[in-house]
Amino acid sequence: MRDKLLEVREKALKNLSDVSDLNQLDDIRIRLLGKKGELTSLMKGMGKLSKEERPAMGQLANEVRTAIEKEMEKSKTRLEQQALAYKLKKEKIDVTMPGKASRIGHRHPMNIVIEDIKNIFIGMGYEIAEGPEVEDAYYNFTALNIPPGHTARDEQDTFYVDGEGDLLLRTQTSPIQVRVMENKKPPIRIIAPGRVYRSDEVDATHSPIFHQLEGLVIDKGITMGDLKGALEVFAKQLFGEDTKVRFRPHHFPFTEPSAEMDATCFGCGGKGCRICKDSGWIEMLGCGMVHPKVLEMSGIDSSVYSGFAFGMGLERVAMQRYGINDLRLLFENDAKFLKQF
Amino acid sequence: MDLPIKWLKEYVDLDCDINTFMDTMTMAGQKVEGLADNVCNRAKAIDRVVVGKIEKIEKHPDADKLVVCQVNVGKEENIQIVTGAPNVFEGAYVPVALDGSTLANDVKIKKGKLRGVVSMGMMCSVEELGFTTHDFPDAPENGIYIFSGEPELGADVKEIMELTDDVIEFEITNNRPDCYSILGLAREAAAAFDKPFKYPEITVKAEAEGQSSDFVSVEIKNPELCPRYIGRVVKNVKVESSPLWLRHRLTSAGVRPINNIVDITNYVMLEMGQPMHAFDIDTIDDARIIIRNAEDGEQFTTLDGQKRVLDSSMLVISDPNKAVAIAGVMGGENSKVSPDAGAILFESANFNGPNIRITAKKLGMRTDASAKYEKGLDPNTAYDAVNRAVQLVELLGCGEVVPGMVDCYPNKRESWEVPYSAESINKLIGFNLSDKEMIDIFKRIEVEADGKTAKIPTFRPDLEAEADLAEEIARFYGYDKIETTLAAGTPTCGKKSRSQLIEDKIAETMVAAGFSEAMTFSFENPKVFDKLSIDEDSPLRKTVRITNPLGEDFSIMRTQTVNAMLNSLSTNYNRRNGSCYLFETGRVYIPEETPLKKLPEEIPMLTIGMYGKDCDFYFLKGVVEELTDVLGFKSKSYYLPKSDIPYMHPGRLAEVFVKNESIGYLGEVHPLTLKNYSIGTKACIAVINMAKLIEYATFEHTFKPLPKYPAVERDIAMLVDDEVTVKEIEDIIKSKGGKYLDSVKLFDVYKGMQIEKGKKSVAYSIKFRASDRTLTDEETAKPLNKIFKELKDKLGAEPRDK
Repeated sequence: MRDKLLEVREKALKNLSDVSDLNQLDDIRIRLLGKKGELTSLMKGMGKLSKEERPAMGQLANEVRTAIEKEMEKSKTRLEQQALAYKLKKEKIDVTMPGKASRIGHRHPMNIVIEDIKNIFIGMGYEIAEGPEVEDAYYNFTALNIPPGHTARDEQDTFYVDGEGDLLLRTQTSPIQVRVMENKKPPIRIIAPGRVYRSDEVDATHSPIFHQLEGLVIDKGITMGDLKGALEVFAKQLFGEDTKVRFRPHHFPFTEPSAEMDATCFGCGGKGCRICKDSGWIEMLGCGMVHPKVLEMSGIDSSVYSGFAFGMGLERVAMQRYGINDLRLLFENDAKFLKQF
Repeated sequence: MDLPIKWLKEYVDLDCDINTFMDTMTMAGQKVEGLADNVCNRAKAIDRVVVGKIEKIEKHPDADKLVVCQVNVGKEENIQIVTGAPNVFEGAYVPVALDGSTLANDVKIKKGKLRGVVSMGMMCSVEELGFTTHDFPDAPENGIYIFSGEPELGADVKEIMELTDDVIEFEITNNRPDCYSILGLAREAAAAFDKPFKYPEITVKAEAEGQSSDFVSVEIKNPELCPRYIGRVVKNVKVESSPLWLRHRLTSAGVRPINNIVDITNYVMLEMGQPMHAFDIDTIDDARIIIRNAEDGEQFTTLDGQKRVLDSSMLVISDPNKAVAIAGVMGGENSKVSPDAGAILFESANFNGPNIRITAKKLGMRTDASAKYEKGLDPNTAYDAVNRAVQLVELLGCGEVVPGMVDCYPNKRESWEVPYSAESINKLIGFNLSDKEMIDIFKRIEVEADGKTAKIPTFRPDLEAEADLAEEIARFYGYDKIETTLAAGTPTCGKKSRSQLIEDKIAETMVAAGFSEAMTFSFENPKVFDKLSIDEDSPLRKTVRITNPLGEDFSIMRTQTVNAMLNSLSTNYNRRNGSCYLFETGRVYIPEETPLKKLPEEIPMLTIGMYGKDCDFYFLKGVVEELTDVLGFKSKSYYLPKSDIPYMHPGRLAEVFVKNESIGYLGEVHPLTLKNYSIGTKACIAVINMAKLIEYATFEHTFKPLPKYPAVERDIAMLVDDEVTVKEIEDIIKSKGGKYLDSVKLFDVYKGMQIEKGKKSVAYSIKFRASDRTLTDEETAKPLNKIFKELKDKLGAEPRDK
């Protein structure tokens, strides 16, 4: 009996060390430990042993069984690991093949720029104002100190629309200023981006429809120094901390004093190049202290309040930022263009 | 405005270099655009081109049309130059481009051989030098330029031709008509550099017999349009070419010399900014000048030989019988100064700016004179200008100046006073200047101030109020020196409005759904309605019409956004972009009445368009559903079939509703419309009123506890007529599902084999759930029976065993 047990153990351990797949392992388990298995049969024969022999043989049989089971477990772990390793190896793929694109869309470059500018001004306490594109000449001109007959009315190549009174497509976002002043008490801090219209034939740098941004701040004690400060922060945020700005005297009917702000040329950083005609500066925007007449016309007491306003074209900012060389691309909506932003 | 520096320096002493000059002027408010496109600036490239004298001309041995010249260029030995020019002669002084020289257009000249004969350079025509005969009207049309006089041999032609100046182009703002003149800019330069301004000395001898008033009379019929008219007479005029210095001066300023009389008027206009005109007195009937409005339909031939038709808004200079000039725009052919004119009348007048501008615009003839007048000139300048002109006549010795002038000046413009205080100027700008500092700055611009009032010279009509004075102080103090501050005042909260935030959300959602943002024009051609097969009487055809469009293509404000979207899809399709997914948020312009009685309604629309991969009705519907989900009202929205939009597929079109209000539609584009837009594949579009999206959007979400007990799921299938929509079925399921109904999900629609023709099989998975227990079969059987009964009663649905 003892010899048989030992023989079973020896054979089993050997077989288990040789086993190479889980099916074989299962066969071995059935052959040894199954209902009719060798060890099971031997243990069934235990009853035939003498009382004296039984405990010792029983203990040995259990030892053999435990040893085999332990070894089986080990082999099983080993084989499972092997099988997994094989499976993983088989599952290897070419990771350099292209990914499956999740189809995500793109914002229009013009609106990306507008969004950036909005965020800069929101950070400085501004709200976003809006206004109609089909406007009354009163808001587009008269209330901005451009009375009928003023040369500025001609210079802006206005589109007029068929209707009673003097209706037009707004030539600037400035009428939004007037509408805000009429409807809101100071303190006012707003920007107003939007579409404007001028009678320019379509070409690489002109479009009869383009975008402008208007800004207006009105409160007690606002100075020209504040105007410079706000716009300098804006320019640095939009174009980078290294950007320098300069303010030159200029003329707009609705501001006095008026200025134009230049920023260091994006092409050469101020050294002078073809883009900035060797001046090192690029004209960015027009600005100034709101003309007292404009304040008064909109019902704001100019002896109590002062303020500044600014306005800029936005297409040029987008074109400069992205290196777009033809304005027409912005309105064509070619998918190959739009997906670049 | 082009400013020749040499001319400028007559009136102000400048000792800085040209770059400092340009920077300082720019920062003081007269913006330099750069070097003007001008003969002097173009001449800068000319190198090693000198004055030569042709000493001897011989025939070329091998060429009939060439000659061989020996040219003295101031060196010991003459140089030999071969030329084909027909106008050369022995003794002529000519420009000679030496070996290794450069011309104005950057052409390089080297020695060479012409038909075997050595040529050591080139004799030049003005064209070869890089100019035109417009720049040098005394030059022959085809031939070498011949110098007048005997200039120094070997001298640089740039010196001899007076081309060594810098000419700066300024952008003059339209509030400063005084700066459209050399004197005006000199005054600004003097102020900017704080140097004395040297106004020219104007003295007239006037030694002829009589008085100007003996020769002419002047009558202004419309003083509003003609505030001042001065006439001054010159007798025994000799019309000839101007002396070199005057010709060069005009050329340097970009004006073509004509003859002494015209040149004098141009000189005065350039220098003083006052347009002048000269009439032949003999052509003026009764020697009576009458300034009057033209007759409607009055015909008039201007100096350029063009026949013009005038109207009564325009002002003319006239005699008792005929007009002789269009005031401030151009003189007439009938009164121009001919070479044999005996006596002439110099006109120095002032006209209403806006009126001149409108006249010039109506006639399509913006002249140098009208461009100056339209800005609004100071009538007081006219006096000095006419005297300056006759002073030049005396200087040139080209006529006898008659004493006195006829000066019709009904309402003299006097200088005015503007009250101000240093304190409020300091407060507006944000600096702190003393009274004295301000008074000193005012002095530089000829404003007399005492700390309370400023007396404004009449040539500065732009200085009306304190703010205008503040600008003068600020710009000569230096904008760059104003300390930068961050706005004080009451703090405000920067934010986007609710609707702006929702617009952002819409764009974000569309981008996440794979659509790129498009941007299109808001005006278009009225023909698009036909292209979209829109009914003749459709309200969409009632549009805001542009009265002066750039062309029919841009003549109406759009009332729909579909055309623009289809154009964008078409562009992509025809550029072979395989698939295209676009959205646009843009306005439509809906008039209440046309022509407009009030501003139209501007409604923001969300337009979605696609073709290519995944393009079908249900994909697009899924996008719209997701959008309504993001905006928080999916459960309140539903879709009904629609078939009456002419450019949409009648069987694949749904109207989108929220709470019984239509907010837009989505579907497939009609195949004929696709053809009209050259789109060769199926396309889908959705058009949704953004104002409604904004109105219904809600971001107020209330948390519902997650279910603790499992749902009971029941699948049902039924046979219904093909015409029945799943919405009708779902509405019944939802209305009869009872309080435990948790969700309804369509999982199968089947037509075909085993299904009777005209019928379809529709299958749903319905979940019931209670929050406090697991439902029993009985509890779900009851609502299911109700659902089946209603489906059968209302829709004739037959349950189907699965």
